[in-house]
Amino acid sequence: MKEVILIKNGELALKGLNRRTFEDILIKNMKHRLSSLGKFDFSVAQSTIVASPADDSIDLDEACEKIAKVFGIAAFSRAAAVEKDFNVILDACVKYLEDELSCAKTFKVEAKRSDKKFPLQSPEICRETGGRILEAFPHLTVDVHSPDVVVNVEIRDEYAYIHGRQIKGSGGMPVGSSGKACLLISGGIDSPVAGYMMAKRGLELTAVHFASPPYTSERAEQKVHSLLGKVSEYSGKIGLWVVPFTGIQEKIKDNCPEEIFTVIMRRMMMRVAQIIALREKAGALITGESVGQVASQTLYAMICTDNVCDMPVFRPLIGMDKDEVIAISRKIDTFDISVLPYEDCCTVFTPKHPRTRPTLDYVERAEEAFDYAPMIAEAAQNARFVNISAR
Amino acid sequence: MITSAYFDNSATTMPCEEAVLAAEKAIKEFWGNPSSLHGVGNSANALLEGSREAIADFLHCSPGEIYFTSGGTESDNLAVLGAAEKMKRYGKRIVSTEIEHPAVYDTLTKLGNSGFEIVRLKPGADGNISEKDLFDAVTPDTILISMMAVNNETGAVLPVASAKKAAVRADSHALIHCDAVQAFGKMPLRPSSLGVDLMSISAHKIHGVKGAGALYISKNVSILPRVYGGEQESKVRPGTEAVPAIAAFAAAVKALPNINAEREKMSALRKRMLDRFALEGGIEVNSPADSSPYVTNVSVTGIKSEPMLNFLSANGVYVSSGSACSKGKKSRVLKAMNLPGGRLESPIRISFSRYTTEEEIDFLCDMIARAKKEIYSK
Repeated sequence: MKEVILIKNGELALKGLNRRTFEDILIKNMKHRLSSLGKFDFSVAQSTIVASPADDSIDLDEACEKIAKVFGIAAFSRAAAVEKDFNVILDACVKYLEDELSCAKTFKVEAKRSDKKFPLQSPEICRETGGRILEAFPHLTVDVHSPDVVVNVEIRDEYAYIHGRQIKGSGGMPVGSSGKACLLISGGIDSPVAGYMMAKRGLELTAVHFASPPYTSERAEQKVHSLLGKVSEYSGKIGLWVVPFTGIQEKIKDNCPEEIFTVIMRRMMMRVAQIIALREKAGALITGESVGQVASQTLYAMICTDNVCDMPVFRPLIGMDKDEVIAISRKIDTFDISVLPYEDCCTVFTPKHPRTRPTLDYVERAEEAFDYAPMIAEAAQNARFVNISAR
Repeated sequence: MITSAYFDNSATTMPCEEAVLAAEKAIKEFWGNPSSLHGVGNSANALLEGSREAIADFLHCSPGEIYFTSGGTESDNLAVLGAAEKMKRYGKRIVSTEIEHPAVYDTLTKLGNSGFEIVRLKPGADGNISEKDLFDAVTPDTILISMMAVNNETGAVLPVASAKKAAVRADSHALIHCDAVQAFGKMPLRPSSLGVDLMSISAHKIHGVKGAGALYISKNVSILPRVYGGEQESKVRPGTEAVPAIAAFAAAVKALPNINAEREKMSALRKRMLDRFALEGGIEVNSPADSSPYVTNVSVTGIKSEPMLNFLSANGVYVSSGSACSKGKKSRVLKAMNLPGGRLESPIRISFSRYTTEEEIDFLCDMIARAKKEIYSK
């Protein structure tokens, strides 16, 4: 029995004449993500993409785990592709769905017949298939309203496809279909979630991390690699730039009022990130800020930070509560890494009493206390590249 | 002409060259504490995490789902006690089998004494656990199903994949634990596909060194720790990690040959042995016909296990009378199968590894034939 994966793309079906372009990107992304498992052939028909493994030895469990993390997919299911002979179909339903049906108490059958030459009509297919399943699994009963398992029989051009449970996809848009943006990542809970959310909207990611040795450790950077590794299971590979930031932070400490350290530091970070973003042909910055979460994330502080940016700053978490962010970080498996207790660049030299309502004028004047421009250029110049890709 | 042959691989295996080298390197070069935040600690930590990834890759799971322990027994205890403690608010019923390893069996007895209801499925006369019994035993208030993948004494393969199905069908919250110590590396095992939440594995059964094992804990579940201390292993199993044994564990996993090809080889060896036994006569097979090819339990009519073991050992053939962990007591597993009295007195367990050869099998068969002639039988 040949087994395939049927993929229903979500929002893409709405994209009118561009649909084909989006589908092509989606297929390219899936091919890339599945490449470590072996070769798959892809075909598209009626808003369903069929992924067929080129040989039997390919591990479909693993393929499904990977596909569950590809953006641009609403739902997918593993299906048996069988000859369009009704007896073969009936046998396959019982055999192929044995595992699912033995767990269930109730089921129903749904049939779709896009090949109108097939001799039986959909209601007849349902009735006959249901009868056969009841014979094989006497513990089951039929429930057409809320069954535990829906047995799907789809009669299409080349094959009849049989599948049970549909698995929810990651939704969103295929990565790369919306351009590229640069994620500022510290090592906390928020930034990986922000990266994940923007990748979900089709943005390819590049990332910038600020390292301040000896205040921050090798482990802190390692943690960022691990976090981005998790995000890249969804976003595809991520180019990370690790920026040496110690000099700038020490200068801020020596020259600026303590109460606005963090705001000034963030302005410096934005400036460096922007240079790297332009170099990487990224069109926006992404941060994990949420209004009011900490002193540097008040509206007033954000006005000061945004003032140095010429490109849009995406803050997908802006209106979210911490527990909502944590729920996502648990889902994408970054939470446990984020809470590892290493000092990061944002916690170095944190003021005791930060100002929550800094004014732009005050911040700008304070910043002039040292000649930061060459330091910014140098930091961007000396950033070290690390290529992060999913395991 | 060989003069000795080792057939007690279910008890432990000879460490492979890769594992020995990895352990040695770790002892000499990566002796730092993985939790130390300096260079020496960092390199030990990198080795530890790399080992975790290798084992996770083999089980097709995420590295964060692998928790290192000291071995199979500790993994089993952590799984069973930790799950029971975590799940007790949903119910008190635990479903397991009569043929579990003592690491699970006795731990459940302990839980039984403190108010949990322990239901143990009996094997049939063939040594197998029936799927139907399992479905019947699991109720909505069942909180844990603990079932080994392969029995350590008979090689019986248990219906582990049905445990989750039984729980789903019964609408129970039950966690599924699988003691896979004898199965790991010897049959395809993927916890997520088997519907297993907790899986115990051990290094020294797959040519690693003693002192390292692991518990797979699915990221969708959590259990409570049994020991308290530091932050290691996400606080589920605190204590400085045994880096050399863990590095050897990962090296042994990486050195595992293709499972299916290996099983075919084992089946051929087993057939060679059983054909000889059949020719010899007076040797009854206690293992189920479809058991793991790595483990075969037989009874030699009229000869008790101990003299047989001693005779074979004196002649360079090393087998066991049952589980090495029970040190010579009459087998609970074989008793549960209701084997006729004589067979219970005389079981021997012959377990293979990838280093087992045809020549060794022939040597074993020759020695058993000699034993039958030379040992006084009642």
